[in-house]
Amino acid sequence: MTNAITVSGLHKSFGRTHALDGLDLDVETGEVHGFLGPNGAGKSTTIRVLLGLLRADSGAAQVLGRDPWADAVDLHRRVAYVPGDVTLWRNLSGGEVIDLYGRLRGGLDKARRAELIERFELDPTKKGRTYSKGNRQKVALVAAFASDVDLLILDEPTSGLDPLMEEVFQACVEEERDRGRTILLSSHILSEVEELCDRVSIIRKGRTVESGSLADLRHLTRTSVTAELAGPPNGLSHLPGVHDLDVQGLRVRLQVDTDKLDAVLRSFAESGVRSLTSTPPTLEELFLRHYQDEAPAAEGAQGAMAR
Amino acid sequence: MTATTATSAYAPRTGGSRQLAGTGTLLRFALRRDRVMLPVWIAVNALMVLSMPNTLKGLYATAAERADLIRQMETNASLRALIGPVFDDSVGALTAWRVGVYAAALAAVMSLLVVVRHTRDEEESGCQEMVSSGMVGRRAPLTAALLAAAVANGVLALLITAGLAGHGQAGALAVGLGIAGVGMVFATMAAIVAQLTESARLARGLTAAVLGAAFVLRAAGDSATDDGSSVLTWLSPLGWLENLRAFADERWWVLPLFAAAILLQGAVAYELAGRRDVGMSFLPTRPGPADGRLRTAGALAWRLQRGSVLGWSIGFFLAGVVYGGLTEGAADLVGDNANAREIFQRMGGQSGLTNTFLAAMIGMLGLIAALYVVASVLRLAGEETSGRAEPVLANAVGRLRWSAGHLVVAFGGSALIMLLAGLGFAVGYGKETGPILGACLVQLPAVWVIGGVAVLLHGLAPRAAMAAWAVAGAVLLIGWIGPALNVPQTVLDLSPFGHLPKLPGGEMEWGPVLTLTAVAAALVTAGLAALRRRDLVT
Repeated sequence: MTNAITVSGLHKSFGRTHALDGLDLDVETGEVHGFLGPNGAGKSTTIRVLLGLLRADSGAAQVLGRDPWADAVDLHRRVAYVPGDVTLWRNLSGGEVIDLYGRLRGGLDKARRAELIERFELDPTKKGRTYSKGNRQKVALVAAFASDVDLLILDEPTSGLDPLMEEVFQACVEEERDRGRTILLSSHILSEVEELCDRVSIIRKGRTVESGSLADLRHLTRTSVTAELAGPPNGLSHLPGVHDLDVQGLRVRLQVDTDKLDAVLRSFAESGVRSLTSTPPTLEELFLRHYQDEAPAAEGAQGAMAR
Repeated sequence: MTATTATSAYAPRTGGSRQLAGTGTLLRFALRRDRVMLPVWIAVNALMVLSMPNTLKGLYATAAERADLIRQMETNASLRALIGPVFDDSVGALTAWRVGVYAAALAAVMSLLVVVRHTRDEEESGCQEMVSSGMVGRRAPLTAALLAAAVANGVLALLITAGLAGHGQAGALAVGLGIAGVGMVFATMAAIVAQLTESARLARGLTAAVLGAAFVLRAAGDSATDDGSSVLTWLSPLGWLENLRAFADERWWVLPLFAAAILLQGAVAYELAGRRDVGMSFLPTRPGPADGRLRTAGALAWRLQRGSVLGWSIGFFLAGVVYGGLTEGAADLVGDNANAREIFQRMGGQSGLTNTFLAAMIGMLGLIAALYVVASVLRLAGEETSGRAEPVLANAVGRLRWSAGHLVVAFGGSALIMLLAGLGFAVGYGKETGPILGACLVQLPAVWVIGGVAVLLHGLAPRAAMAAWAVAGAVLLIGWIGPALNVPQTVLDLSPFGHLPKLPGGEMEWGPVLTLTAVAAALVTAGLAALRRRDLVT
């Protein structure tokens, strides 16, 4: 499968700040790729490099097989972008801005535009600042979804949208995927990412710390297990990958690295099991683990949170 | 209904001081934000006023020469319209006459900028919301803005009074208070206009238009009478200033006029501010079309700038008409004085004097056109730093095409307004239309050099682009008061306007005109090359 976006070893500094410090990113054609990371991790910087608005200090980036800096204009015919904070011109109506962006991209599907305005319940005749934050986002979203492009780059596109509109947004993203378009979605809304994304990349301090499908990532983290045993537990604390073991009589609660789950279950079976609940890690836990520093102090904090 | 409104309107009065809570903090904050802008405005204005006595001593050394000047002014309606009537032949009185109106206009511009910047600008950008969510009274922002303007005008009045005190303390005080008074009248005027419009740009434009109208009223009144007694003069705050008659038996009873106008306009502004919500205005925004016709980045640039191009066009055309209408009279300066007529005839006759006047006026409009071109080019920086350029450039629009739209409006627009000024002269004066149009257009290479500097600065770093205002200001300063200050020629040569041929009347020189055009083109090219290479800023 070809890649819509390939980034390797990207570096970008602003003065003394290293915004990107060897970032890697691979987005396959036709997938919805989640782009995650704490505030200030370098997500927007990466996106702006991919749009040719910033020039990387070093490293390689390819978008749809082209160089995002040198071929910016030709490339942008096939790319639609929605920023996280849409600023509009005070004296232009939302409809005018949608059409302008569409034409600057080389065309807009009129029927789709009308349908999207309907679905997002947007009043296209209002002007600039009379729109609320969520409605300004809708203007950019309608312009992006109504244009005929191969790649959508969405930078926290749903900030300010209400839950109903969030649902419309998710439906739109799925329609785009069904048409074979590629979507890079930067977001902090984890349910949205879980719902939409085929694969995710997590970055921290300008570096990619994890990349893969959600199932892959889940595998790398811990499962919570609570069991009521028939006999006293045996040697659980010596098993590899077991954390936060809490034994009260025949009741056992523990956390285990997901790939070490087998050994724990065997040990339970030896003692005899009366009841068993196993909770896969929530996305929040998954991300907290990646967002937080790997320093020992942070490890302790994470342990506390897991308990 | 009425009862409830009345109660709610009066309710805050019980906690009277709370309406103004935070004013002190906001005032300090405003003065801190303006720590560069205000001192520069004040220094330039004070320098202009305080350098005048020396210049006048050089031009009219003896009392007899000064008395002669006054006799000429009494018979010359055009010069009175430009500068105002003279009331005495002392150096102090002549200083007040020569710079009073212009220093006051400058103080008015400073005041309106300060007030709009700390009121409507803050609401438009959304900063006001955050500020008002703190321990800030409903009337505090407007009060802080007016106080900031009052501080600036107060310091200006103090400097002028102290600097001119050597020519007569009462007169110096009258000049200082009069100039600051005009400044505060326009500060409170801006406070009213800022309540009416939703856009800070429009608020500044409308207040500046009122200032222009005040200037025209005074000019019309002064051309009709030689003692400032016309009703038209009294309608203009600038006319009150000259009617103070500084250094000529001051009429202190004019001062309460300023106080009354300031208090009245201030009260109106507070009343309006109390009747509207934060960020809202009395001139509501109308809905726009649901479908857009804008197709290109160029069309967008024109759409964004067409309002200001229209405003500048009207202003330049009217200025041409007014100055054109005064041209005939300026040549009457010679009046009945047989001696003077002979001298002027030897210098090149009636037409020589007319041409000198025309060249001076057209040159002044050229300098002002440099402000237009800077404002227009800096729209690029505004679009970029506000984040509006980013989604445009994320479309299939190159940086060159994006900037080209704005640059065509900037550079083409400056040609348009100079052409319209020339047509205005043709309407007002009615003679020599061809040479006058040529003289207007010959200003353009110098205007474009200033525009080129702005393009280069924006290309290098959009945050530094504001320095283009400093360049335009310096050129304006050199053009207006440089010659009077006996500044060395090397400094005068720094301004591109100094190299232009003196038209009409002088010889057309293609050399400097073409050189300046080439310099402008080189600056624009360098600026665009730099823009293509650098990171976009948000």
